[in-house]
Amino acid sequence: MIAHLPILQVILPLMAAPLCLMLKRPQLVWVFALIASGLAFVVSVLLLQQVMTTGVISYELGGWQAPWGIEYRIDKLNAFLLLIISGISTIVLVAAQTSIEKEIPKDKHVYFYVLYLLSLTGMLGIVATGDAFNVFVFLEVSSLSAYALIAMGQKRQALWASYQYLIMGTIGATFILIGIGLMYQMTGTLNMYDLSQRLPEVAQTRTVFAAFAFVVVGVCLKLAMFPLHLWLPNAYTYAPSIVTAFFAATATKVAVYLLIRFTFSVFGVSFSFTTIPLETLFMALGLVGIFVASTSAIFQSNVKRLFAFSSIAQIGYMIVGFSLTTVTGLTATLLHLFNHALMKGAIFLALAAVIYRVGSVELTNLRGLGRQMPLTMAAIVIGGLSLIGVPLTVGFVSKWYLLIALIEEGLWPVAVLILLGSMLAVVYVWRIVEVAYFKEPLDKNVIVKEAPLSFLIPIWALVIANIYFGIDTRLSVQVAEAAAQSLFGGAL
Amino acid sequence: MNLSLEVMLQLAIMLPLLSTFAIVATGKYPNIREGVTITTCLCLIYLVVNLYQGLLAGQAISAFWWELLPGLTISFDIEPLGMLFALIASFLWLVTTCYAIGYMRSHHEKNQTRFYLCFAVAIGAVMGLAFSANLFTLFIFYEVLTLSTYPLVTHAGTEKAKKGGRTYLGILLTTSIVFFLLAIVSTWFIAGTLDFKLGGIFADDVDKTIAGILLVLFVFGIGKAAIMPFHRWLPAAMVAPTPVSSLLHAVAVVKAGVFTVLKVCVFIFGLDLLAVLPTTQFLLYLAGASVLLASIIAMRQDNLKARLAYSTVSQLGYVTIGALLATSSGVIGSSMHIAMHAFGKITLFFCAGAILVSLHKSKISDMRGIGRQMPLTMIAFFIASLSIIGVPPAGGTWSKWYLMMGTIETEQFVLMVILMVSSLLNIAYLLPIPFHAFFPKLMSFKDAEQGVRPSSNIENTYTRAEIKEAPLPSLIAIVVTTLGCLMLFIYPQPLFELATAVLTGRE
Repeated sequence: MIAHLPILQVILPLMAAPLCLMLKRPQLVWVFALIASGLAFVVSVLLLQQVMTTGVISYELGGWQAPWGIEYRIDKLNAFLLLIISGISTIVLVAAQTSIEKEIPKDKHVYFYVLYLLSLTGMLGIVATGDAFNVFVFLEVSSLSAYALIAMGQKRQALWASYQYLIMGTIGATFILIGIGLMYQMTGTLNMYDLSQRLPEVAQTRTVFAAFAFVVVGVCLKLAMFPLHLWLPNAYTYAPSIVTAFFAATATKVAVYLLIRFTFSVFGVSFSFTTIPLETLFMALGLVGIFVASTSAIFQSNVKRLFAFSSIAQIGYMIVGFSLTTVTGLTATLLHLFNHALMKGAIFLALAAVIYRVGSVELTNLRGLGRQMPLTMAAIVIGGLSLIGVPLTVGFVSKWYLLIALIEEGLWPVAVLILLGSMLAVVYVWRIVEVAYFKEPLDKNVIVKEAPLSFLIPIWALVIANIYFGIDTRLSVQVAEAAAQSLFGGAL
Repeated sequence: MNLSLEVMLQLAIMLPLLSTFAIVATGKYPNIREGVTITTCLCLIYLVVNLYQGLLAGQAISAFWWELLPGLTISFDIEPLGMLFALIASFLWLVTTCYAIGYMRSHHEKNQTRFYLCFAVAIGAVMGLAFSANLFTLFIFYEVLTLSTYPLVTHAGTEKAKKGGRTYLGILLTTSIVFFLLAIVSTWFIAGTLDFKLGGIFADDVDKTIAGILLVLFVFGIGKAAIMPFHRWLPAAMVAPTPVSSLLHAVAVVKAGVFTVLKVCVFIFGLDLLAVLPTTQFLLYLAGASVLLASIIAMRQDNLKARLAYSTVSQLGYVTIGALLATSSGVIGSSMHIAMHAFGKITLFFCAGAILVSLHKSKISDMRGIGRQMPLTMIAFFIASLSIIGVPPAGGTWSKWYLMMGTIETEQFVLMVILMVSSLLNIAYLLPIPFHAFFPKLMSFKDAEQGVRPSSNIENTYTRAEIKEAPLPSLIAIVVTTLGCLMLFIYPQPLFELATAVLTGRE
């Protein structure tokens, strides 16, 4: 059983998805999906433990040997990612049943869970597999289900948002496919480890350059890296709240993973960063992204959209850390990946609770909620403080590492810019605080109750994680550091 | 009780934080709730005094909580300067609570439970800050202090309070994150440690230019020290209820700022390094300018609390100057001034609040003749003013004496003149208030310029007025702090010993 963990990780939610259709009763399906996702989480914990003690796990699918058959290869980096994705997915699912009651018609509930599990399968698959073509397959699995999930949103704009994402996402996926095809053409292999061994021989060819360009741009599209982020705000705003919470905490993380995997492992550090000036380009785009997106966030009136822009800005921080191509920089990126999942998971779940009670998350709807829904709003405030990077929250830990990484490289001006960027976060978080705590409710006769427990438990689980991992940083820092070091060791 | 000093140290930080649960639980019964606060205050004072005696006995008291990141710990260590700050803050917390009970009730403030809760958290943060063993721990409590006082500043919940709160939080968070955090990370990177150590933590061959830039970052980053141009938050914070202004914005928060500046100067840079940094002189003049400009602005304020706020900005400049002078008398003067100004300014704020509660007056121009109605309050105001100005028989004399000595020793004659001029300005903006209160017929400077004589019916109005002092708990608080000002003049010995011990380490 233990030997089959890597495939179990993916197959569990994959098999669970069609089984949902047989159960029919939404309540049952919810419990079933929760169990499936929970099991996936348990598997990921076991995997991480195993990887941290014994090193890389290689699993040959169907017993076919590696370069020919499909190989699942779990190292520290993707074990960490698997943990984040399955963990967040499980926590979010706890609130799903209550939330979709109000947002999705009853007859579609079962399909919601099917799609949710498929999307989860896709993300776990992308991360777990060691085969480049398999990446594309799972990317499509997760993306197609994502388009459908987003289209389930209450408002008609959801359809348009989904369509926008569909077009952009498909372009991205196609680019990745073209890139993979070109690599296959040059090396005759699809196995990532094998690719990393064979690519250096043919590195100086135009085909490999083209492959690299296609892959990076394709991944950046999925990543919503500035300036390829245009699909993200609408998708996050109009998707059902639960879907937003799930995707905001996981989907872009998967894309960051792909970026790191392709540049560091497959193409190799020397090719990605010395032959091509990716460093400067990413540093600049990351910084511009932080400022443009944070500034846009300040001017949003819809809180979901506000935090969608904030997500784009936070991706900027990850990109800046990534662009340093140092162990500390990459550690900072990986830490922020984990920490940002916790922050945004908490915030978007809390917003889902607000939508459940109030019906909308326009800023004016938040008036007076500080009193009416104290626990939910407190969660948003703590999540916001974490975004700002106040000490004792996870945001501080990743900011600290990013600053150290920048100063190590002597990039003082960039360090100042990063800090100024977090000041913009103060502004957009405090707009919400002021509305929620200082404004009287629009209609005093409407009594808004605190969110039900099915919301409060997952929300506060994430909020407590925000503080816990801000204080006890051993797990996250250790894993992130180990993963970053192994990436520079060149070992895939 | 036989608690070890280590346990007491941790209790001193935890106790105010733990009391918040009791405060919330008893929120519906104001008397019990205030009882909880007072009991906590008393316990805290007991703990701090015990720690003080332990320190005097020469014991090393430290505690370790947690290693946040490799090498970065949350740990505590008691040294004289922190002890001094903790003693003042814990004692004045008790007095302020006493005052607040009278003030908040007679002013019919809402959300009193939240008020006492945030107050307790703030004091817990001050204790943590005072006892922190490294810059990292200090930074954490510094931020906790900022965030926990925000709801106090915006207590009224009005548009004005919201605006004030915005300035407050905006400046304090921006400076602390953009400058202070950057300075801390850089120090960590250059020195490899953040532990406070007498004589500084930088290597001897550290690049003077970079260290100089770091010093600027520190002084600007510690926004709570209110050096111009980052002082705007302090007047903005005056929208808070008076007990908040008095304890937090005359004692806890602002003193946390200058305390941090002193800590950084003495224990991160060390006086020897500080004296040779290229930016020290620039910062000294900046602080000097801050002292003078704030005094001048204070003269033009008609709102009493605003005038006191600018006066605080000016007095904080004194402490910063003392720290940057990098001599022992400078540091002694600064340390003592933290205490002296705390007692003086808290009294002044108490008086301002008392006047507001009893007579509903906040403008200085309306305060002519109120000495007849509030004689005790105005006498207290007079004595506290003397302490701020720095003349006998009030405690401020001593600290200003040492600060002056510091400027002479280092031959900073420009600064000496600035300090003297500022003292004159202090007289000009503080003393007229009690004078006019008792002698309404006296002309103000402004009236004299315009040739206006105060109308004769002022006297008629006020002779008939009855004595109308503040509620008893508030009045007791005023009397206690005023006596404190006098005591510090007559018996400054313990304070002086603590201040001298700052530079020699544990006795």
